[in-house]
Amino acid sequence: MLNRREFLKSAGATAAAGALGAGFAGSAIAAPAGGHVVVIGGGYGGATAAKYLRMWSEGKVKVTLVERQKQFISCPISNLVVNGARQLSDITVSYDGLKGRGVEIVHGEVTAIDVAKRRVKLADGTALDYDRLLVSPGIDFLPEEVGGLAGNEEQIPHAWKAGPQTVLLRKQLEDMKDGGVFALHIPKAPYRCPPGPYERACVVADYLMNHKPKSKVLVLDANPDIQSKKGLFLQSFNGRYKDMIEYRPDSALRSVDATTRTAELEFDKIRADVLNVLPPMRAGRIVDQLGVALLNERWVDIEWLSMEAKGAPNVHVVGDAIFPAPTMPKSGHMANQHAKVAAAAILNLLAGQAPNPDPLVMNTCYSFVDATNAMHVASVHRYSAEKKTLLPVEGSGGVSTAASELEGKYALAWSRNIWADMLT
Amino acid sequence: MKLATACAVLLIVGATATAQAQDPNLARNLAATCANCHGTDGQAVGGMETLAGMPAERIVKKVTDYRSGELPATIMHQIAKGYTDEQIRLIADYFAARK
Ligand SMILES: Cc1cc2nc3c(=O)[nH]c(=O)nc-3n(C[C@H](O)[C@H](O)[C@H](O)COP(=O)(O)OP(=O)(O)OC[C@H]3O[C@@H](n4cnc5c(N)ncnc54)[C@H](O)[C@@H]3O)c2cc1C
Ligand code: HEC
Repeated sequence: MLNRREFLKSAGATAAAGALGAGFAGSAIAAPAGGHVVVIGGGYGGATAAKYLRMWSEGKVKVTLVERQKQFISCPISNLVVNGARQLSDITVSYDGLKGRGVEIVHGEVTAIDVAKRRVKLADGTALDYDRLLVSPGIDFLPEEVGGLAGNEEQIPHAWKAGPQTVLLRKQLEDMKDGGVFALHIPKAPYRCPPGPYERACVVADYLMNHKPKSKVLVLDANPDIQSKKGLFLQSFNGRYKDMIEYRPDSALRSVDATTRTAELEFDKIRADVLNVLPPMRAGRIVDQLGVALLNERWVDIEWLSMEAKGAPNVHVVGDAIFPAPTMPKSGHMANQHAKVAAAAILNLLAGQAPNPDPLVMNTCYSFVDATNAMHVASVHRYSAEKKTLLPVEGSGGVSTAASELEGKYALAWSRNIWADMLT
Repeated sequence: MKLATACAVLLIVGATATAQAQDPNLARNLAATCANCHGTDGQAVGGMETLAGMPAERIVKKVTDYRSGELPATIMHQIAKGYTDEQIRLIADYFAARK
């Protein structure tokens, strides 16, 4: 007879082979099975997964969450900290709510994953054995792809992970003289949060209009066009911010000079007073431990029904780190939805059942154009058994007609509700 | 062209519905897609409507009215168009049964 671990292992192997349904129990609701799930990363994906695994298993599944940060700090709404309308404390949430759910929280750095032994190792030498592993490490940067950028993130902040970098960029903006140039560089897609950089350009311009009206915001986009909510952002770029924001497409960054804050493009050199460079991005580096080839050498390829990494049995990967389904953005909202699909699949697999054959996820990204007005883009994605991926549901989704105060209120309500949905 | 695409989508959805038995937790899973705004299990923490305990008929009516455009909305009309009648029914029954 197989022991439980071996059984779970063979169930995982069946799922990975794509022969879903075979070898699984029938469709009655099985009593939640036990087991130990280790979660790497307590951000939008990982925290949601940890909570839902505990909640949906009625406390039967043991969950250990490993996160290097002591508190959760949100990227969504962090552009309002750069604007000055919010403080870092407004976007910081404690992990105590998850402890209340019975999640074991370990603050540390995962340095190794042994897929065959189902074991992770932490920097302090601790080893954790798991039945299933969920990895939501977000992104890491590739500053070495821009000459002169690596090691200079104090002079040339990204503020694309919320925390000290956010505060630093705010400080540089406050210290900038009236008449100065704020230059923002956007890397080639895919990057974390498609509308985020354009939101930042708008809320920085909002602050400058009110406090340093002679200043300029220069948007240097490596892409050929605005990547999200184009019509809506153009309303702002060509409307209220017409004399302040200059948008330049096809402006890939070659190199930077950190001492003079100079950005070198193919045909141009720009001296800025604040130089905010979003470096090229890839999946959080811990995924290199899975021993699988990354798509475009950057993102993890997954099976959409279980969110398992292809080639790494019992390891589920969600959030920004994955190679997305068609039109699917790298967003916190989407990471939360991935996590719920993965949590449901993990519980089915631990109980010897196939994952839900018909998963559906939806996304919304709100963007502020100033401290009070926001607009959205929304989409719904459903699994296609034929294409084996999630596809946008035809006719669904869309964008706002214009930014509004009402949607500004909804955007803040969204942030409160999603933080509660992942962390309490 | 438009018709052809619509048919293709129907085919895909049809195949999904018949090839596999429905997951026993489908309603729970679908309702969880609303939680980012309306709160875990429909318990909103402020600024959005709580759906927990709302009569199922009311949820179905509201969501289908958003979908048809009868009820004006900033976003719900676009979200509602991503769900079938059966999915909305499952979600509504799930939230109605929450406290
Ligand atoms: C300025 C800005 C604005 C944004 N606005 C929005 C928005 O309005 N709406 C929206 O939906 N999304 C928005 N996003 C995108 C959103 O922040 C990301 O998509 C989301 O954080 C992805 O979730 P994740 O779980 O993949 O990664 P994260 O949330 O980044 O979580 C990863 C976690 O893993 C931890 N970690 C990584 N490796 C290890 C390791 N080896 N050991 C221990 N811990 C580790 C990290 O510390 C981190 O806490 C925005 C992003 C930015 C930068
Ligand atoms: C991105 C945030 C968001 C998500 C996700 C979302 N909603 Fe809503 N919902 C809203 C907003 C905002 C309103 C107010 C109407 C509007 O402006 O769109 C609303 C209103 C409603 C109402 C009317 C409540 C009342 O009594 O007036 C219902 C019912 C509802 N939503 C159901 C759902 C269901 C079911 C889902 C999941 C399928 C869902 N919503 C997902 C934001 C959201």
